[in-house]
Parts: sequence; C-alpha cells; structure tokens
Amino acid sequence: MPQITVRQLEKVFRVAERQPGFWGAVRSLAHRRYREVKALHGVDFDIEPGELVGYIGPNGAGKSTTIKILSGILTPSGGECQVAGLSPWRDRARHVARIGVVFGQRSQLWWDLPVIESFDLLRDIYATPTKQHSRTQEELADLLDLEPLFDVPVRQLSLGQRARCDLAASLLHRPDILFLDEPTIGLDAPSRLAVRQFIRRQNKENGVTVLLTSHDMGDIEALCERVMVINDGTLLLDGPMDSLRSPRYRERRVVVEFEEGETLSAEHRALAEGDDARAEFRVAENAAAFVAELSARYRIRDLIVEHPPIEEIVRDLYRSARG
Amino acid sequence: MLRPYVAVLGARYREVLQYRSAALANSVVQLFWGGIRLMVLGAFFASANADPPMAFAAVVAYIWLGQAFFGLLPYSLDPDIQRKFLEGNVAWELLRPVNLYAFWYARTFAHRVADTTIRMLPLLFVALWVLPWVGLDAWALKPPPSLASGVAFAAALFGMAALATAVTMLFQTTLFWLVSGRGLQACMYGLISLFSGLLVPLPLLPQWLQPVLYWQPFRGLGDTPFRIYSGDIAAWAAPFEIALQLGWTAVFVATGYAVLSRGRERLVIQGG
Repeated sequence: MPQITVRQLEKVFRVAERQPGFWGAVRSLAHRRYREVKALHGVDFDIEPGELVGYIGPNGAGKSTTIKILSGILTPSGGECQVAGLSPWRDRARHVARIGVVFGQRSQLWWDLPVIESFDLLRDIYATPTKQHSRTQEELADLLDLEPLFDVPVRQLSLGQRARCDLAASLLHRPDILFLDEPTIGLDAPSRLAVRQFIRRQNKENGVTVLLTSHDMGDIEALCERVMVINDGTLLLDGPMDSLRSPRYRERRVVVEFEEGETLSAEHRALAEGDDARAEFRVAENAAAFVAELSARYRIRDLIVEHPPIEEIVRDLYRSARG
Repeated sequence: MLRPYVAVLGARYREVLQYRSAALANSVVQLFWGGIRLMVLGAFFASANADPPMAFAAVVAYIWLGQAFFGLLPYSLDPDIQRKFLEGNVAWELLRPVNLYAFWYARTFAHRVADTTIRMLPLLFVALWVLPWVGLDAWALKPPPSLASGVAFAAALFGMAALATAVTMLFQTTLFWLVSGRGLQACMYGLISLFSGLLVPLPLLPQWLQPVLYWQPFRGLGDTPFRIYSGDIAAWAAPFEIALQLGWTAVFVATGYAVLSRGRERLVIQGG
C-alpha cells in the first residue's frame, strides 16, 4: 500500500497582468487582466513507506508547488492526493501533525526567541509528551551539533546553523514523512554533508519516508535510490537513480587552475577549454582518475569538480524522449 | 486542548517584553497627551452653561484610563503576522496542527496585552499617586467607588482586550487580499478613536447621536470599561454592558473566522 498517492494533480495560478507605464497602472486599477499559469498539469506518482525519493527539475518546474500541496498549504485546482489516508488540505490539522516539512529558504523558528524556546513552543503546539520531546531533542542536538546554539536568538544564527536548527525543528514531533524542499540551499560544504548524512540516517534507521527536492545533483545522487524529474508541470521521468543514464549525467566538469609556469601537453590541450593558467575539461567517465592524472603531471593551485546542472540533464532527457 | 494557544501567548509575551524601553518612552507620551486633553476638557467644563452629562471626576478617570490602556486599542496589526504575510511565511502557520484563527488570536491578544502591561504602570502610578501628592487632586485618578465597580471594571477590561483582538483579527485577515496593512491602519485610526470614546468621551457628544453611539461595536473598546470604573455606569448595570461587549466580540470573531477560511483557500505562496 503506497503511503502517498498523487493522481492527476493540477494547479493553476491566476497572475494579475500589469500594463507598463503610468497609464497602464491607472487602467489596471479599473480593469484587471489575468493570465493563467499552469504550474502542474496531471502529475501522478506513488511513494511507499520508507522510500527516499529525489524530486528534481529546473526552476519553476513545479517541484515546490507539489510539495506545498502535499503538505496541505496549497489547495490544488484539480486531481487527488492522499498522504497516509488523509487529504492534505481537507484534513489539514490532522495531516500536518504527522509530517515534517523544511523549506530551505524559509525558517520556521521564532525570529526573536532563542532556539530552545522555539523548540519548547513546538513541543506545546504539537502537544508532544514532555519526556518524548526531551529525548528527541537530545538525539537531534547530538546528531546536528545543536547544543551550543540553544540559547542564541534565531536572528543571530548563521545560515548553516539556522538550517540545522530548522531541520531539527521539523523532526521534533517525530513525523513518519518528511518533505524537504531545498534543505541544503546556501549551505557550505561541511553543513551540506552533515545535513545529507542526517537525512540518510532518518530514512535508514527510523524508516522515515522522505521526498527531497534539490538543485544540487550531488544531494540527490548521494541520497536517493529513486528519482522523479519534473518539467513544465509534468513528470518527465520516474524511476531508479540509474535511469538517468544519459551520458551527460555521468559527465563531470573539471575546472583547474595551474601554478604559474605550467604548460599543458598537446593531448590535454586538445581536451581543454581555456589556457595554461585556467582550463576546463569535460570528463565523460571516471573523473577521479582524470584528476589523479592531472595532479601527477602538473602543479595545481585549485581544482573544482562539478556535476552537470539539472537544466542540462532535463534538456537531454527531453531530447532522448523525443527520439 | 488549549496547550498550543497558551504556549504561543506566553512566547509572544516574552518577545514583546524585549522592547521595554520603547514601551516606556511611549508611556511618557501618553502622560503628556493625557494632561493636554484634561486641560482642554477642564476649560470646557469650567465655562459650560448647562449641566454637563458626566461628572468631572468621571471625565478625569475616562481620560487617564484611555491613556493607560491605549495600547489595547486595535490601532495596529500584529507586526509579526504582517511580516509573515509580506515574506510569505504564512505557509509555516498552516503547517501547524492547530486552528489558525485561534492560534493567531492568542498571539495577537498577547501582543495587545503585553505592550499595555508595560505602558500602563508608570502612567497609572503618576495619575493615582503623584498628582494628589503634588496638590493636583482634582486632576488625579480616584479608585473605583465600590468593590463591585472595581470587579466589573476588571471584567470589562478583559472584554475590551478580547474585543480589540477580535477587531484586529478581522483587519489582519484582509492581508490575504491586500498584502500591506498600512492604508487600512490609517482608516481604522480615525474611526476607532471617535467611536471608542478615545477622542472625546462618548457621553459628551451630541444628544441625538447617543442611541447610535450606544449600540455601535467600538464602544466596548473604551467607553464601557472606563465608565464602569468611575461608577458613571452603575455596578448593577455593568453585567448587561459587558454582555453587549462580548456579543460584539462574538460577531467579530465569527466574521474574522469566515474571512480567514475564505482567504486561506485563495492563498498563493510565491517563490521558493
């Protein structure tokens, strides 16, 4: 029995159109024109208990809209969806007691209060038994290293600290289902890794179902066995991680800055874009071996290995679907 | 059942108390304006030809209490909730397993009351003790005439806070449509100042207006508790007055609740 079912989900936004200029503004006071934007048309999927599913797509594809509908914040324009037997927007209050949600760009903590007071408030709002709450809080503080942050007002936290506190806040009431919308956005590398590891543990050890969106393919690849790709409000692909088999997807972009005085060999120069100071390579397979080869041969000042951006993956998927 | 609402009330209280000095500064301003209003009304009373409709001592109490409990009046929206609308964080409020109206009501109530508890203390201290001590006894606030009046006043004051919160909530729910509350706040200011009695005590307004003034909702935001305090409304008549106040509160709660449900359905959260 799937825990989450989504059938023919649709969402249409009505956007007021402004005419440019002063007279345009005056005219639109009396006479508003609206444009309809279809954020979702006909999305279908099922998620089983304990799955960890990645949900990717370019900006404006409908990821966040899906998550907002699933978490009961938005009412869809059409279609059905059920989460653990409840309709998120019709049974909102009962539904939200059982899910945890993180929107990476927003905080759910009380701005002027110390972190610990926000946690206490959440305990009362979710009516969690005090004993269970302190046990969960201790566990989370341990995993995410929150202890030193407890007495700091939220407004004084750094982005990474706040992200960790937000993640903990979404789990304090021990939800079975987590919706994470860009939980790693804007985080530095260590925080990002800590958050990833934490999500994995919640899924593996506590069997929490996770639906995760991210703009960083690294997150998705590190965590998810199943991935759904959405573009323009429809699912382009839903399958195991391996199904993103496009050669583009396995490709890595290696950007290297060399120490002064280095000259590239003819063989490398043919592969590279750039010059002897800074070169970019597109490596189809085994980037690690390639990096090893470069560092054995040249003195390197700096080096970055990048995943192909999601936009490119989606473009490739499109192309292969059209044949 | 009530635990989430009590908790949020307490938290809001602690948040507001962080801005103590602003509240104290405000209290000085209130004191100053109270003095000016009293002097103006005193001049009118001194030169009145006919019998005034209210004893001067009752007017003095009316003015000082108006200044002391100014913060309870629904002049402003809860800044925290306004910010949530602007920044799109209303979403979080919908992620809580609570009734949104009750949740915000508790919070707005705490905002109103917390502010006022700090502001009223210095002002009441001056009006009750300092003024008689420096020989301005005629301008000082006297205690209520009887214990019954005092108890009724406490109840009416609570009613005032409940009604003010319900009115604020109704204005707040329009944020689903308006985004910014500034224009509305400006309109509210004039309307509520006049009809609550904060501008001029309602009994001093023209006789032919009195029936209208009696039945309109904003009277419970000042006139009712202040006149119960001074005994201008006798203690035996107070229960009916308080019932009227609570009746209007119920009307505003019901309307606000309905508007909030409508607003929630059309909610759009942009970005992210």
